[in-house]
Amino acid sequence: MSDPIITADNLDLYYGDFQALHGIHLDFEPHQISALIGPSGCGKSTFLRCLNRMNDMIDGVTITGMVKFHDQNIYSPQTNLVDLRKEIGMVFQQPNPFPFSVYDNITYGLRIAGVRDKQKLDEIVERSLKQAAVWDEVKDNLYDNALSFSGGQQQRICIARVLAVSPSVILMDEPTSALDPISSAKIENTLLELKKEYTIIIVTHNLQQASRISDKTAFFMEGRVVEYDDTSKMFVNPDNKQTEDYVSGRFG
Amino acid sequence: MQNQKLAKQLMKKSKTARYERFGHLLSLSALLLIMAIVLGIIVFVATKGLSTFFNDHISFKDFFTGTLWNPGTKTPSGHQAVGALPMIVGSFLVTILAAVVSTPFAIGTAVYMTEISPKRGAKILQPVTELLVGIPSVVYGFIGLSVVVPFVRNTFGGSGFGILSGTFVLFVMILPTIVSMTVDSLKSVPKYYRQASLALGATKWQTIWKVVLRAATPGILTAVVFGMARAFGEALAVQMVIGNAALMPHNLVSPASTLTSVLTAGMGNTVMGSLQNDALWSLALVLLVMSLFFNLLVHFIGRKGAFKK
Ligand SMILES: Nc1ncnc2c1ncn2[C@@H]1O[C@H](COP(=O)(O)OP(=O)(O)O)[C@@H](O)[C@H]1O
Ligand SMILES: [Mg+2]
Repeated sequence: MSDPIITADNLDLYYGDFQALHGIHLDFEPHQISALIGPSGCGKSTFLRCLNRMNDMIDGVTITGMVKFHDQNIYSPQTNLVDLRKEIGMVFQQPNPFPFSVYDNITYGLRIAGVRDKQKLDEIVERSLKQAAVWDEVKDNLYDNALSFSGGQQQRICIARVLAVSPSVILMDEPTSALDPISSAKIENTLLELKKEYTIIIVTHNLQQASRISDKTAFFMEGRVVEYDDTSKMFVNPDNKQTEDYVSGRFG
Repeated sequence: MQNQKLAKQLMKKSKTARYERFGHLLSLSALLLIMAIVLGIIVFVATKGLSTFFNDHISFKDFFTGTLWNPGTKTPSGHQAVGALPMIVGSFLVTILAAVVSTPFAIGTAVYMTEISPKRGAKILQPVTELLVGIPSVVYGFIGLSVVVPFVRNTFGGSGFGILSGTFVLFVMILPTIVSMTVDSLKSVPKYYRQASLALGATKWQTIWKVVLRAATPGILTAVVFGMARAFGEALAVQMVIGNAALMPHNLVSPASTLTSVLTAGMGNTVMGSLQNDALWSLALVLLVMSLFFNLLVHFIGRKGAFKK
């Protein structure tokens, strides 16, 4: 077993007075897909946003405990948010490409980081779109508005946009829940390819999806991690009764 | 029996249906009336404005390129002195300069109010905008006359009356329009664009600059065009500070005039049907055409830039 790339240690989170996360301990290993499952409102998205500090911009949030990326606590005052978010990218539930061309979407992260070299940008655009398995569908229309593509294509453009800045971890919050089954399947296949180079942490509502693509699964309930184990074990023979009820569809 | 009664009831026009029809007719006739009035105004101004060219036989060239304005007299070269170029230039200059000065201010203010301090923005913006919009033109003109004109005179020399003073006064007058419309367009940029940008490692400023303002550009352009339309049509306040000399402006502090200022100044002093009167109508026609043009521009930008959701 290799060293974890991200570790959450005794993580509590409050929205004002409401405690949304209770003492979360989770380790994520590199080059794996880890799935976060659990009923609505159990804190999956909240937890995911802690990992690249996207909760910072919500008013009234208090976070205690630690999240370590490699060996560095990302909540320490020395952390540079810009660098952190280049290392830990995020794909959202709703496809959210900017209302610009596909090309400008993919190069956005590089341009704000100061990359100007046209040839390099072109290369990265092609590479990222290929990795996100959408190159063939957009290569003839790179300068069209990204919003003119279908939802599934938009989501893969968003994945490519994250890949372009070469993160080591990609966080995904229900990336396929707004898509049709065929688009979802394409994205699942993409993720299985991507895990060779990236670490993926994915929130999903879809239990089959979790069982199909993930190596590890964490089951959340009411802001706590009930069980965290290999996906094969979690879906076949979980230790916890609540986990068993949930994965067998008895509630949630 | 029961069924027959029901059938009869259903066949009869109900009371509500009659009301509905009445309401429908009422709003339709209001609409028709308004359309008739607008059309009437356009036709009237056009007929009057064109008679300078077709009844009084002034050439378009003399009107649009001549620089001497004194209808009824002749220029030294023997043409009728109905050159409207000085006023056209004056109108465009004050409009464009006012927009150029206002736009950066408006964008700065709007960014502060939506992106940087939205709470304070909401508290200040609404009342200030309403106040500024509600102040009558004559008050702006009066302040311009007693503050701006002396300021310009002391700083840049000349009499103080001229394009520059007109620009300053219009700047204040159109700023609230541009600010509040820019605020609306920044607010209409969905939050998830900002999140996507921040999650890619952009700073807040990069996000505002490269995503929010870029996505809001069509809305901001619309705001600027609205401001320009207002500036172009403003008469009283401009007339009070521009000096009202129908001369080509040589610099920004020499007395000049705009289409509106010449119109308001000359309106009461001419006889219907005379060349002097027709020439003024031609100026009015130019104004009308320009405001139609601004309207078209707004439509065009709106259609091109609408967010596809
Ligand atoms: N911005 C917020 N402000 C206050 N409460 C929030 C906010 N976001 C989420 N919550 C609350 O935190 C809990 C966890 O939400 P969330 O992380 O979105 O759950 P999940 O993604 O598992 O459905 C819910 O009870 C939700 O109402
Ligand atoms: Mg969620």
